[in-house]
Amino acid sequence: MFAYIIRRVLYAVPILIGVNLLTFLLFFVVNSPDDMAVSQLGEKYVTPEAIAAWKTKNGYDKPLFLNASNTGLESLTDTIFFTKSVKLFAFDFGRSESGRDITSDVSTRMWPSLAVALPTFIIGIWVNICVALLVVMFHATRLDRWAVFLFVSLMSISYLFYIIGGQYLVAKTWKLVPISGFHADGQAWKFLILPVLVGVVAGIGSGARWYRTLFLEEANQDYVRTARAKGASEISILFRHILPNALIPILTGVVVLIPSLFMGGLLIESFFGIPGLGSYMLDAIKSQDFAIVRSMVFIGSILYIFGLILTDISYTWADPRVRLS
Amino acid sequence: MNFELPSSLGAARIYLAAFALLAPGLLAGCGEPPWNNPHPPAVDEALTYQSVMTPAPPKHLDPAVSYASDEALFIMQIYEPPMGYHFLKRPYELLPTALQDFPQVSYLDEQGAEVAAADPAIAFTRYTLHLREDLHYQPHPAFALDEAGAPRYLFDSAAAGAQFRQIPDFPETGDRAVRANDYAYAIKRLADPDNASPMLGFMSQYIVGMKAFSEELAQVPRNGDWLDLGEYDMQGLSVLDERTLSITIMGRYPQFVYWLAMPFFSPIAPEVDRFYHNPGFAQRNLTLDWWPVGSGPFMMVKNDPNSEIVLQRNPNYRADFFPGQGAPGDREAGFLEDAGKPIPFIDRAVFRLEKEVLPLWTKFLQGYYDRSGEVHGNTNGVFDQAFVVGPDGVEVSGELSEHNITMSPDVKPGIYYYGFNMRDPLVGGYTEDKRKLRQALQIAFNTEEYLNIFYKGNGIAAHNLIPPGISGHIEGEQGINPYVYDWVDGEPRRKSIEYARELLAQAGYPNGRDARTGEPLKIFIDVQSQAIGNTSMNWIDRQFSQIGVQVEFRPADWSRTREKLLTGNTQIFSHGWLADYPDPENFLFLLYGPESPLECQCDGSNNSNFKHEEYDTLFRQVRVLPPGAERDALVARMVDIYRREAVWLYAFYPRDIYLNNSWVYNTKRHGISKATLKYIRIDDAQRQSMRVLWNQPVTWPLYAIVIVLLALVWPGVLAYRRRQNATARNHQE
Repeated sequence: MFAYIIRRVLYAVPILIGVNLLTFLLFFVVNSPDDMAVSQLGEKYVTPEAIAAWKTKNGYDKPLFLNASNTGLESLTDTIFFTKSVKLFAFDFGRSESGRDITSDVSTRMWPSLAVALPTFIIGIWVNICVALLVVMFHATRLDRWAVFLFVSLMSISYLFYIIGGQYLVAKTWKLVPISGFHADGQAWKFLILPVLVGVVAGIGSGARWYRTLFLEEANQDYVRTARAKGASEISILFRHILPNALIPILTGVVVLIPSLFMGGLLIESFFGIPGLGSYMLDAIKSQDFAIVRSMVFIGSILYIFGLILTDISYTWADPRVRLS
Repeated sequence: MNFELPSSLGAARIYLAAFALLAPGLLAGCGEPPWNNPHPPAVDEALTYQSVMTPAPPKHLDPAVSYASDEALFIMQIYEPPMGYHFLKRPYELLPTALQDFPQVSYLDEQGAEVAAADPAIAFTRYTLHLREDLHYQPHPAFALDEAGAPRYLFDSAAAGAQFRQIPDFPETGDRAVRANDYAYAIKRLADPDNASPMLGFMSQYIVGMKAFSEELAQVPRNGDWLDLGEYDMQGLSVLDERTLSITIMGRYPQFVYWLAMPFFSPIAPEVDRFYHNPGFAQRNLTLDWWPVGSGPFMMVKNDPNSEIVLQRNPNYRADFFPGQGAPGDREAGFLEDAGKPIPFIDRAVFRLEKEVLPLWTKFLQGYYDRSGEVHGNTNGVFDQAFVVGPDGVEVSGELSEHNITMSPDVKPGIYYYGFNMRDPLVGGYTEDKRKLRQALQIAFNTEEYLNIFYKGNGIAAHNLIPPGISGHIEGEQGINPYVYDWVDGEPRRKSIEYARELLAQAGYPNGRDARTGEPLKIFIDVQSQAIGNTSMNWIDRQFSQIGVQVEFRPADWSRTREKLLTGNTQIFSHGWLADYPDPENFLFLLYGPESPLECQCDGSNNSNFKHEEYDTLFRQVRVLPPGAERDALVARMVDIYRREAVWLYAFYPRDIYLNNSWVYNTKRHGISKATLKYIRIDDAQRQSMRVLWNQPVTWPLYAIVIVLLALVWPGVLAYRRRQNATARNHQE
């Protein structure tokens, strides 16, 4: 298994280079270093000298990909792409265009992201699985049909509606919890109730419907009939027989997300004032901060690749017949 | 796995009853209401002002770098530039704040000999600044000294100071008096290319030796180490003694004194700059850009851009008092009740990050924010619900009236406009037919209606490019644009659409068609995609269709729009300008020929590419003349040229309305200065009682939700029990 993991890690390098190249291209198709300078300098009295000074200070005074004024390898290395990209692979994210240390910001912001994303993720999976199993128990009944209708309805509603609706009802009208904000000092739970609740409820429709489909495939297997013939209760059949056998497809969709939980959610963090990485990314895009965008995409790619490796490993735990080689 | 369901309906009822009994206890565990308080529990008795920063945290707090109003909100509470503004008086009145008196101005010829103010041989102007005696920096570790009198916190390596991650982590602080050299050091920082100050290019045109100083520093190798700028001389700067400084600028530029009221000229102590250049500090965001150090009324004690910025009263702040005089009507409005009292009134100010309007608005209505906002406008759907347009103008709606919420309207010293590109072959040019075409378009665009519909009345149609409160703006009949309006029944009335059609016909477009080719007249408007919606575009389209003109919009993001402006590749474009200082020159230069991006090959402000010899000559005169009748006459002539040439399609002065909870006092807005936090007063007892009154939790929905859930689950439980207890025969049936 160790050799397999090493191989997967090595495969990740060209993927990361490709992602970085794509991010670079997409960003600079719509922005030029001059645009970034103007954005940072404030748009008033911005002289060419001030723009040039900003570009020099921040390393944007070089050509994007090819430096014709140099020869040999330096024509490729003395470019914005190379100088900005190579440090990423050493996990040196550098400073944002406004001068803040990105590593420091990321390490501070990932905890609030995790504080919202982790409970939403765990509670969400637990609720979705329980609801899906109960619906499976009543398969082909009116209850099942109404449940599917409800799931599709819940899926069709915009995520934004859940957020605004939750804020309006729970925080504004009923005044049960703060409408937004976050404090790490002792009372963080107070701020997490609503975003976690919204996250879980918003995910029930799609989650429970997906799990129902997986469980239904298992519910018609021979071992289920055997368990029932042996007199096992329906609850026991669902949780002790069907659930473990349906784990492989569940793990495929779930484990890959675990490392990405650090990245938080764009909408939920923005609306609930959670100072996490999701809102960090959103702010960076708005303020044309390429250093942050590049770093966040890079981190996101690494976490996703790590998630895929974890998924493969989790297969061996869920099904002893699976061997990684 | 054991899973037992209630053996009977009776057991379920017992569970339900138990829940009903326990629920209030569980809710009581949440503590005393209100439960929705978003603020952490108070740690002391300090009187805290609760406000917001929105929609994003400040990017720069270094006064050499920062040039944004949301950043000035913080910087101007912490630093004290040489000059400032009277809080209440209008028109805006400049005052010495860190100075004993206004700067002494002397004029010099090429040889440096002093000459009279009216002498044509003037080559330089010298400003001599005498500092107040009682200026003192806030306590800060940069000033802490060891037993030998050397700086306490200077480290040789990043590891040596690694335990300090934020400024409050440093156990020792020190302070000292502000010196004239600190102001000189700050100006040298503007010229240091390492700081990439937006002022470098602009100020280099004026301050003698600034450009050479900058070029000299560019040659000095740094490697991230601190460079003592005091060791390098700038020709135009002289520190005459501990409290006296002189700045020499090229030629005459009376507006320079206004720049002395801007954050760029705030004092920076060299030891502070040196402190922040400690190895490893920048990697922990310990920089002057993030932890400002000043002599103003407040100091920064927490800077978490992700959630909040906290300012606290500077214990070393000089003696300062609430003004005893104001503008007409201020006494009646209660703005002079605190006259003569020492300021600041509050001990602490917390600015929380709010990115979305709904949470901000809800917290304000719940009493958790003292004011609705500090910087940004409120023309959005949520805030619009707060206002109704009544016969007397904009009023607060019912719910706000019940909370005794007050309004602080303010016409910004700025102007938003749609400008014609005067180099465009269709709408540009200076011939009579082109003027008539532009005037016809101006008349067709009903600015008043546009503002009422899309800005809920929060704007004033501009007859002049100089906004109210600034010399050169004239109200009443004398102040109307006679090419677009008539004065009827004591108010301006837009000329008729018939008249616009006549003008259009005289311009060669009868009924909106080219008289020579018969082609319909079509105009193109470049807009920033985020700044305009379909409804606005449809409305504009309808306006021009009244005179038979077709419109096509070209939406683009800001970068593309800017690129088009720089290359003159627009026909009609949207733009805006907010004043740096309250002088007509700061607006008239928007049409100064050499400011055209095509002329200066730079980000010039004359995006209309207006080039008018008389206007340019007058501008050069206005720029150097002191305020007075002669200058006013020249300004009036320039305004008339602007009107006659119809350079902008339409323009308006933006107006903001900030809302204040009833316990907040001295909320008068200042369009130029952001150094107004020290005047704010709070009635904390009233605030506490109102918060409790307005935020009693509503708990019945929790019970209702549980009952609904049970009602949903119960049929399932019954069905499950029936299935479990069914015999094989019954099941098949």
